[in-house]
Amino acid sequence: MPKAIVDGVEVEFEHGMSVLQVAELAGAEVPRFCYHDRLSVAGNCRMCLVEVEDQRGRAPKPAASCALPCSDGLMVHTRTDKVKKAREGVMEFLLLNHPLDCPICDQGGECDLQDQAQAFGRDGSRFAENKRAVEEKYMGPLIKTIMTRCIQCTRCVRFATEVAGTEDIGLLNRGEHAEISTIEKAVQSEMAGNLVDICPVGALTSKPYAFTARPWELRKTPSIDAMDAVGASIRIDARGRSVLRVLPRLHEDVNEEWLADKSRHAIDGLSRQRLDRPYVRENGKLRPASWDEAFKAVTDKFNATAADKIAAIAGDQCDAESMFALKALMDAKGSKNMDCRQDGAALAEGGNRSGWLFNTTITGLEEADVVLLVGSNPRWEAPLINARIRKRFLTGELQVFGVGAPHDLSYQTDWVGAGPQTLSDIVDGRTAAADALRNAKKPVVIVGQGALAREDGAAVLNMAGQIAEKYGAIQDDFNGFNVLHTAAARVAGLDMGFLPVEGGKGMGEIIAGAQSGEIEMVYLLGADEFDTETLRNAFVVYQGHHGDAGASVADVILPGSAYTEKNGIYANTEGRVQASRLATFAPGDAREDWTILRALSGALGKPLPFDDLGALRQALVEAVPHMGGIDQIAPATWALPGVAGDMQDSAFDPIISNYYMTCPISRTSKTMAECTEVYMAGSLDQARQAAE
Amino acid sequence: MFALISSLRSLLLLELVRGMGLTLWSMFTGRRVTVNYPYEKGVLSPRFRGEHALRRYATGEERCIACKLCEAICPAQAITIEAEPRGDGSRRTTRYDIDMTKCIYCGYCQEACPVDAIVQGPNYEFSTETRAELYYDKDKLLDNGDRWEHLIAANIAQDAAYR
Repeated sequence: MPKAIVDGVEVEFEHGMSVLQVAELAGAEVPRFCYHDRLSVAGNCRMCLVEVEDQRGRAPKPAASCALPCSDGLMVHTRTDKVKKAREGVMEFLLLNHPLDCPICDQGGECDLQDQAQAFGRDGSRFAENKRAVEEKYMGPLIKTIMTRCIQCTRCVRFATEVAGTEDIGLLNRGEHAEISTIEKAVQSEMAGNLVDICPVGALTSKPYAFTARPWELRKTPSIDAMDAVGASIRIDARGRSVLRVLPRLHEDVNEEWLADKSRHAIDGLSRQRLDRPYVRENGKLRPASWDEAFKAVTDKFNATAADKIAAIAGDQCDAESMFALKALMDAKGSKNMDCRQDGAALAEGGNRSGWLFNTTITGLEEADVVLLVGSNPRWEAPLINARIRKRFLTGELQVFGVGAPHDLSYQTDWVGAGPQTLSDIVDGRTAAADALRNAKKPVVIVGQGALAREDGAAVLNMAGQIAEKYGAIQDDFNGFNVLHTAAARVAGLDMGFLPVEGGKGMGEIIAGAQSGEIEMVYLLGADEFDTETLRNAFVVYQGHHGDAGASVADVILPGSAYTEKNGIYANTEGRVQASRLATFAPGDAREDWTILRALSGALGKPLPFDDLGALRQALVEAVPHMGGIDQIAPATWALPGVAGDMQDSAFDPIISNYYMTCPISRTSKTMAECTEVYMAGSLDQARQAAE
Repeated sequence: MFALISSLRSLLLLELVRGMGLTLWSMFTGRRVTVNYPYEKGVLSPRFRGEHALRRYATGEERCIACKLCEAICPAQAITIEAEPRGDGSRRTTRYDIDMTKCIYCGYCQEACPVDAIVQGPNYEFSTETRAELYYDKDKLLDNGDRWEHLIAANIAQDAAYR
């Protein structure tokens, strides 16, 4: 390996690294604005100047280290007087037109320019002329622009074109007149919120969070996102009892350092329409009640109903502990009717775990050379996974085929068909997609919920599995068969078997049973994503955090907590087990979900065998051993998933019709409503027309 | 020995007699040093740190921009600020509370303020009958500002040369 000497420290580095990266390896601090690890190199801020020296002697001018490839034997000086003077000069230039309005800037306190001016700048400016002012630009409902603060680092331009895959932002003019500009419409991306993080100054700030708080006031809790099944690592910033913002945390194997807009901005829904006390329905109307009254109403009905007439449905954002507790309660009663698949996806029919995991893993996508999307729109179902596919696509070594409703995925996709028939064609090897799969070294099949939440879902899943087997996606050290989930709770629910026990009723049968009277009592654990009106005839207990679809039909409401308000375990679509942490307490009388179930079990006279979270987790790990491995993926052994059978002709319908509203929290969020108005106007009109 | 003498002094009230003697002596010979408060008041330095006030610009626009630097620096954590964009998009406080029972009158808040909004004015006569009256809100502070502006402005102008 080549070697370089940075400030007298010798380091080995990999060929192709820039001087800045090598200096970082050696532990030297190099200030920078335009350089970002995950974006292309622009080299236009000039803040990263260092002196370099080779056998011909010291270079006469300081060099921009981010854009200079490091060569073997190079000597780098980052602390000489010349470098210090050069940086001070650059900083003075950067601040010429910067308004220095830190007191009213939202970036104040977490601003790269502020910090670096402090560390590497002069104490004053010699610029006595007028500063320039730049007009604000419109970038959509999530991003507030104060363009006078911009230092033209072009990080936002590069992020938009490279990671987000939209060319909405660009740099106009030159010199004094240079400015970042948009085409006066919202940034067309589900990752737009990341522009705020990536901006090193206060030019792009978060619109919903504007002027709300200072970074030093916030209580920061590392946690896990539950808005989709990617399970991105997040940091929840709260003040008092309210969650004020969510930022991504670095997790190379999941979200890198990005976060999707819904995960970031739906949190204002956490303070609206909350269930903060128990309710009991009397004479057709819900009235506030005490916990004792609510428990009495539940226990009376529960004890009076036969076990096979009771059913439980777990929602999309439940933590593993509460699902496990509910399952234990149902088992104690002897009821077999439970389901965690609200959308009716035909998963776990074959009972093998490789049939419901994203087996390739998210990082594994970076090896794929052909991706076949089946009934999936990853851009809406999992924007971060879509970003990974795009990242791989940009290397030029990936071809993407899609079966289902065509959609702009921010990379080139050949939509080769609409429904199951195309899958049969691919298995038979009759299409171009089949040829590409055949020639691929690491083909990947991604099956979305749109392909599975249908009557023939099990057959479609089986067919997708056959494609994976036939075209060599199943290798010793690589599994190219993937199911892309949309619900954060789904994999944990499937792993622990929150499914109808032998002879029990699944989702569809529970609904049918509730209508016919076969099911008399339904326990909804945060389940809102289906037509709850179908449960009108049954006695419905709703345990959840928002007054949404489930609560509207409930006879008893038990107020639970949202994902930011409890310590819980989630398994993401890869099967990666992750632990979320309590950031704020649930409002009013609401409690953590497992404690409600534990207390209820006591009232029912069937006390569950755990009194604290530790004991519950221990019981959970005993039942499902891999739930104990936090941040680990327990590999699944391959078996053909689903059940072979006849498939219908109908096309795969998208599972998500509006990216910005998919759960009770996002539906009550004002920010998400604004996003829906701006981004979804077109597609909602289309959906409305299609419905007519 | 020393302890014995000093306790003897205390027992015989010698200290008291000496102090009263001094008073008696001053009554006939000494210069008058007290003032007839509240009809007369002592001279205050322009830097005097009294009751807080929030100032306005001459246009009537409130100065405070909700930067929260005073809240951050307050060693007694007596200041609570909440902010949001006002109708015209400018950054303003929706709440600016000072708990005067916590305040230690250190003056850090006015030092931290980038726009001379929060100041400690010359008023020191703001005792109250109830504790609740000492929890100042934004209206009270702005009202203080309007009431004392002429003195506060004069004091700041006088002190400006030394900053």
